[in-house]
Amino acid sequence: MSFFNKFFSKEKKEDLDKGLEKTKQNFFGKLAKAVAGKASVDEEVLDELEAILISSDVGLETTIKIIERIEARVARDKYLGTSELNEILRDEIVQLLAENNTTDIEDFSPPSARKPCVIMVVGVNGVGKTTTIGKLAYQFKQQGRRVVMGAADTFRAAAVDQLKIWSERVGCDFYSKGMNTDPAAVAYETVQYALNNNCDLAIIDTAGRLHTKINLMKELGKIKRSISKSLDGAPHEVLLVLDATTGQNAIEQARHFTEATEVSALALTKLDGTAKGGVAIGISDQFKVPIKYIGVGEAIDKLQVFNKRAFVDSLFE
Amino acid sequence: MFDSLSERLEGAFKVLKGENKLTELNIAESIKEIRRALVGADVNYKIAKEFTDNVKDKALGQENVLRSVKPGQLMIKIVNDELVSLMGGAAEDINLKGKPAVVLIAGLQGSGKTTFSGKLAFHLKSERKKSPLLVACDVYRPAAINQLSVIGEQINVPVYKEPENKNPVQIALKAIAHAQAHNHDVVIIDTAGRLSIDEEMMQEIANVKQAVQPQETLFVVDSMTGQDAVNTAKAFNDRIDYDGVVLTKLDGDTRGGAALSIKYTVGKPIKFVSMGEQMNTLDVFHPDRMASRILGMGDIVSFVEMAERQFDEEQAKRLEKKIKKNKFDFNDFLEQIGQIRKMGDLKHLMNMIPGMSKMTKNLDIDNSAFNKVEAIIFSMTPQERQNPEIMNMSRKQRIANGCGHSIHEVNMFLKQFDQMRRMMHKMSKMPGMGAGAPPTGGGKAARGIKRRR
Repeated sequence: MSFFNKFFSKEKKEDLDKGLEKTKQNFFGKLAKAVAGKASVDEEVLDELEAILISSDVGLETTIKIIERIEARVARDKYLGTSELNEILRDEIVQLLAENNTTDIEDFSPPSARKPCVIMVVGVNGVGKTTTIGKLAYQFKQQGRRVVMGAADTFRAAAVDQLKIWSERVGCDFYSKGMNTDPAAVAYETVQYALNNNCDLAIIDTAGRLHTKINLMKELGKIKRSISKSLDGAPHEVLLVLDATTGQNAIEQARHFTEATEVSALALTKLDGTAKGGVAIGISDQFKVPIKYIGVGEAIDKLQVFNKRAFVDSLFE
Repeated sequence: MFDSLSERLEGAFKVLKGENKLTELNIAESIKEIRRALVGADVNYKIAKEFTDNVKDKALGQENVLRSVKPGQLMIKIVNDELVSLMGGAAEDINLKGKPAVVLIAGLQGSGKTTFSGKLAFHLKSERKKSPLLVACDVYRPAAINQLSVIGEQINVPVYKEPENKNPVQIALKAIAHAQAHNHDVVIIDTAGRLSIDEEMMQEIANVKQAVQPQETLFVVDSMTGQDAVNTAKAFNDRIDYDGVVLTKLDGDTRGGAALSIKYTVGKPIKFVSMGEQMNTLDVFHPDRMASRILGMGDIVSFVEMAERQFDEEQAKRLEKKIKKNKFDFNDFLEQIGQIRKMGDLKHLMNMIPGMSKMTKNLDIDNSAFNKVEAIIFSMTPQERQNPEIMNMSRKQRIANGCGHSIHEVNMFLKQFDQMRRMMHKMSKMPGMGAGAPPTGGGKAARGIKRRR
């Protein structure tokens, strides 16, 4: 069994394809139209390419970067037809992701071999942090690992209940001190719980916060420090959850959360909608943080590891 | 962060110094800049193109350009006017005729429907003297019903729920009957988040609408939404033909181009904007402010209002008295710093002031500017904090030792504080002047939705 089949089974591929269908139609359809009947890449083709990339939320800076690279490539390789342009475009985007990202992860292995491995999950309001935690815990649980979820979103109404229901669905451990308690204390004690109960992983949920709220961002720093105090070297992963429907503001989110908590990985959610997911390319281009997971549906198993080749392939197939 | 459009346009026109007329040739670059600014603000690419084509026609049609106005400024005015007129005039109210009036809330996952439902209920209750009933029709997301219940408790509005019932149509209908029986005049139905391509779920919301025949259907959308806003807004409009749009999470730094895209695509008015997690942070929509925001030109009005919202009226009055009596002390000063901090990132705040973004661009402003001052005050005894005048050399030395700053720095601060105090005292004695320092009467102004246009 090849590596690809093992980690990117047919079923999973279909989910991603379905999710990206819209993107595909946009990208591929428009691109084909743009270059149809043209013998070479001219200004018009590049303009159209710009339109395609931007309307997929790739963002201005990254789009310009991609176009410049294609121009350089074309000047060098003397490109001719549609299929070559497709290939070049695909290549360049994969390349861009490869340059800025570390290597793809291959499966849902814990981000660190340390036990317990502590993952802190952060993001703005409504991106799908809690859902992502549920799905992620499910994957770890499937591998026979013991997981505890820590309910450090003690602010939003019923957030603790929401996480608790997820822990029941997954069948994993759950640690909470209830609503309106100190999130840093919850985080600290969740890690202690993991240590005392021989958990392989502790995943800590935090309250959604806009990245412009300086005090809330500071609180996040405090939560992180309390995790480190609880266990040296923890958290082993700070996972920033981004909503694929978000536009250019996602870049500001990535910037501020990275500053506040040294984000080490990204999860991109809601890719099963009509959103293009192009934001992933933009963010990957500006930050050296890898995209690790993508959310492609509401069901518990609708989380996938991010594979840039498969991702870009899905855009152009 | 973002270069403001005005800055970019100035750049685009720099080469044309001396030219006072807008021509096809000399505006080409600025049209491109405007388009880029719009796209950077997440306005849909196609809409940005159409919009700038329009602007170009308008600009070329400008016969006589005033000598005193620079071409760049003129372009901005044209763009701004065009944006404002596109996004609609005066804020449109929601329809509350009906016994009870039914308001249906719909939108994508995570757009902020439940929080908005709570805010709307609170607004109707406190500003319009209504008796709303919240209805929990999100039967899918874990703890969604609890979430609405908790919000209901917070604002003291009853919530109708049937935790065992998985049929939103039934729940909604029963809720309306319940409202009639219990004299509620408005029913707000919170529904599950759904993707526009999820056929089953879209059918469900269409069924709910068909069954309850709401007076008002509102589409809730995250103001950070990117190019996809057009698709989603259209898909929801095709299915449920909503009456208005609600923009949420506007308290962040998103430029909010989605607002323009949606208005342009579906032509439905934006009725509310929502700016925070507190229940009293609902506002009506102001097209002019949104235009400045999209153009990255600052939003001074929202800045002032944000400030007002943070300042508590009681505290401001107390402060005013103290200033008048020349009793403003270090504790008050600390409080003021706290207030400013609460408003958020200083640089972000500065950027909301028109023209400031240019100045702050290369400036590294952070809130630690206050750290020194705070350290000094924290090293004072309670008595010193209340009585700035008792400061003497040995006290200063002790404070300097305590806070880790030199006595020179302590002296500088005390001197500044003294000057400020005197100035405030003087100003407070002028006729028609308030406390001088913070805007007073904040709470009322912030909630005074009716008073605004």
